Amino acid sequence: MTALLEVEDLRVAYGKIEAVKGISFKVEAGEVVTLIGTNGAGKTTTLRTLSGLLRPVGGQIRFNGRSLKKVPAHQVVALGLAHSPEGRHIFPRMTIEDNLRLGAFLRSDRPGIEKDIQRAYDLFPILGERSKQAAGTLSGGEQQMLAMGRALMSQPKLLMLDEPSMGLSPIMMQKIMATIAELKAQGTTILLVEQNAQAALSLADHGHVMEVGTVVLSGTGQELLHDESVRKAYLGED
Amino acid sequence: MTTQTTAPETPSAPVAGRTSGALGMPAPVARALATGGGVLSVVSTFLAWTWTSEFPGDLTVYGYPGGLQVLVLIAGALTALFGLSSYGVKGLTGLTPAGGDGALRFASLAAFGTAWYTVIAISSTLGGVVNLEPGGYLAAAASLIAVLGAHTLPFERPEPDPLDPDESAWEHIKHRLAHGWQTVKASYAGGTPRPVGALPSYAEILIIVAILALGLTVFTYGIGTSYDELFIGFLITAGFGFAALNKAGLVAQASQITARHQNITMVGAFVAAALFPFTQTDDQYATVGVYILIFATVALGLNIVVGLAGLLDLGYVAFLGVGAYAAALVSGSPSSPFDVHFPFWAAVLVGAAASLVFGVLIGAPTLRLRGDYLAIVTLGFGEIFRITANNLDGTSGPDLTNGSNGIASIPNLDILGFDFGAQHDVGGFTIGRFANYFFLMLIITAVVVLVFRRSGDSRIGRAWVAIREDETAAHAMGINGFRVKLIAFAVGASLAGLAGTVQAHVTYTVTPEQYLFAGPIPPNSAFLLAAVVLGGMGTISGPLIGASLLFLIPNKLQFLGDYQLLAFGVALILLMRFRPEGLIPNRRRQLEFHEEAEAPAVLTKAGA
Ligand SMILES: Nc1ncnc2c1ncn2[C@@H]1O[C@H](COP(=O)(O)OP(=O)(O)OP(=O)(O)O)[C@@H](O)[C@H]1O
Ligand SMILES: [Mg+2]
Repeated sequence: MTALLEVEDLRVAYGKIEAVKGISFKVEAGEVVTLIGTNGAGKTTTLRTLSGLLRPVGGQIRFNGRSLKKVPAHQVVALGLAHSPEGRHIFPRMTIEDNLRLGAFLRSDRPGIEKDIQRAYDLFPILGERSKQAAGTLSGGEQQMLAMGRALMSQPKLLMLDEPSMGLSPIMMQKIMATIAELKAQGTTILLVEQNAQAALSLADHGHVMEVGTVVLSGTGQELLHDESVRKAYLGED
Repeated sequence: MTTQTTAPETPSAPVAGRTSGALGMPAPVARALATGGGVLSVVSTFLAWTWTSEFPGDLTVYGYPGGLQVLVLIAGALTALFGLSSYGVKGLTGLTPAGGDGALRFASLAAFGTAWYTVIAISSTLGGVVNLEPGGYLAAAASLIAVLGAHTLPFERPEPDPLDPDESAWEHIKHRLAHGWQTVKASYAGGTPRPVGALPSYAEILIIVAILALGLTVFTYGIGTSYDELFIGFLITAGFGFAALNKAGLVAQASQITARHQNITMVGAFVAAALFPFTQTDDQYATVGVYILIFATVALGLNIVVGLAGLLDLGYVAFLGVGAYAAALVSGSPSSPFDVHFPFWAAVLVGAAASLVFGVLIGAPTLRLRGDYLAIVTLGFGEIFRITANNLDGTSGPDLTNGSNGIASIPNLDILGFDFGAQHDVGGFTIGRFANYFFLMLIITAVVVLVFRRSGDSRIGRAWVAIREDETAAHAMGINGFRVKLIAFAVGASLAGLAGTVQAHVTYTVTPEQYLFAGPIPPNSAFLLAAVVLGGMGTISGPLIGASLLFLIPNKLQFLGDYQLLAFGVALILLMRFRPEGLIPNRRRQLEFHEEAEAPAVLTKAGA
């Protein structure tokens, strides 16, 4: 049986500069897979390519048995791939509720949408309390919750999260990570990009370490967590 | 007596952060002067201001205010009422839910501006102040006292930023100017009004009816002003008066109440508009009414494109033109090359469809590009349309539009036996040709309002806002940016076409020169855009009010002549500097323009 997402020898360039130089990995349904790596390694570039915002110069992307190489961004969502982009990109002047509704833009099952909005409020109660407030007035961590909640509104087969813990306090970060664990327990497939390697690897089934556009190390979450070079480079141990 | 802090001990040096007024006037005196000045202004309007009825409006009568005096009477009464309310007089405090002093200042400015404008106009028209009667002097003095009193009331002064000794003298001057401006702004500041508690529905509906009646009265009065001076006075009184009501917090409370009964307000507004022809004794002002309505409806259509979807269309009037030409060609006009006479419903479909096709043709290739290109292409399209219409005269090109002579003698509409060209008697009122078209146009306006509201609140409306706010994120939501933009563009175009089909019949003739980019007579593309921006992008009432003003001002102030466009430009620059969100702000837009301002806790849906 083939994996939900198969990336093969993917290469992406900004003009002449190649930011992703031929990476391959898989995400099986129900798994949490994480990409970790230094700044500028090409993690965000990879996710943006998967969701159709960038075009690859080479390689293959197969999602749910279908090539994504030529699918425009707005159709990728329809295929079941949701992206919570780096830097959150919520709609700051819209209400929280409207942000969530936009996440369900391609759905037309009204009762289902209402149910999922309620689910997002259950997952992040603060969003429910402020549902009529402009999203830009939320704190950074709350905005991150909104970005996640919004991405979930499309009922994705695969949820891609780009640095959900960026700029958050340790407590906020724990909360976000706990939510990711909860989503995993509910059976959501997640591709997680994180700077916080410890947290990401602890809950990931598989992980890939990226450096300047290539994957240098792959393994299960536990393997990488206990790998000496990973501990040195990403967990700040000597 | 009042709860205000009294002026500081050393009045000559106002201290920042404390409340104090100008000139060191003790607060009770200032308040008394302002209120008394208002009362005296009212009294003065019952006296004669001049000896001859040569000055329009006949200001020579005792005991019966006329012309400009009525406006001073209203402004003076407003000043007196706000003054008394600021004393805490029982039953009047409800007039100033957001605090009375800012409102008092603006009301006194309304009285002062109108009274002094009148007095100066009398003197210059008749040749000198000798032409003033005591009433005129009293009006001038009383309104001056009111304005002085109101402006010496204490207010919370802002802290100046400390001066940096290293800065140049020029920087210091800029610094002081900036602080001076802050102080001026602070002196007019109003508080946030308390929210209106829920009244019984019938009371709220009565209030809405009163608001609409007031609106209709003001509008009818403005249209009916029969000489320049009265219209200028009307603008002064209405402008400052509205600012006063706004500062008092009454506007905010009114919009809270209308927001609770949106549908009733909407229907009520249409009923009020439909009453307008009945307030007129001849068809002259119904003409103005129908032209305003065409202009306003097209502006509202443009607001879907500009205000909701954020697409800058500089050639929008061309879509009105396409609709008008399409309707004219199938109207049975002798100058149309087609020998057909479609019923109106078919002509409407043809007009809207023609505009829709042009909208898609222009939009499809350009909407994929960055916004700037759209502006350039639509500007070009507007001109190309006009020039093409000029050339399709059988000589320079195929014979279709009859060139610069246009399609003339378009017959009046006849819908189900109702002849739009004839007068009709309805319940004792005579309804003339233009009033007939006014009613028809009102239906078109209702259609546009409905489309605007439905789309603004719907999935597509959210998609428009999303694309405007963050295109990347919108794509990530599965929004096809190109498609939703094209929908906005096409909807906007067909609504303009719809209005064009009526316009063709109202004006009898359709010529290329009616559809300029910029020109003295609205609607043209520049004025349409200005109506949207001036009124308030993304709102319903904004473009309607903006279009009314932009139509009436050039129409009434003929003496502006060649300077009209200059004055228009200056006014637009000032407005953009001081109120970029327009007269009627959309809450979401307000957030865009005043990021520093505290965000409203609750956002309303698009449109107000
Ligand atoms: N729009 C762009 N134009 C040119 N180069 C870019 C662009 N975006 C990213 N890059 C470059 O591509 C490389 C990979 O960037 P990317 O954002 O994918 O890194 P990342 O792994 O997400 O890093 P971080 O952890 O800091 O977010 C970097 O060298 C970056 O400078
Ligand atoms: Mg990144």
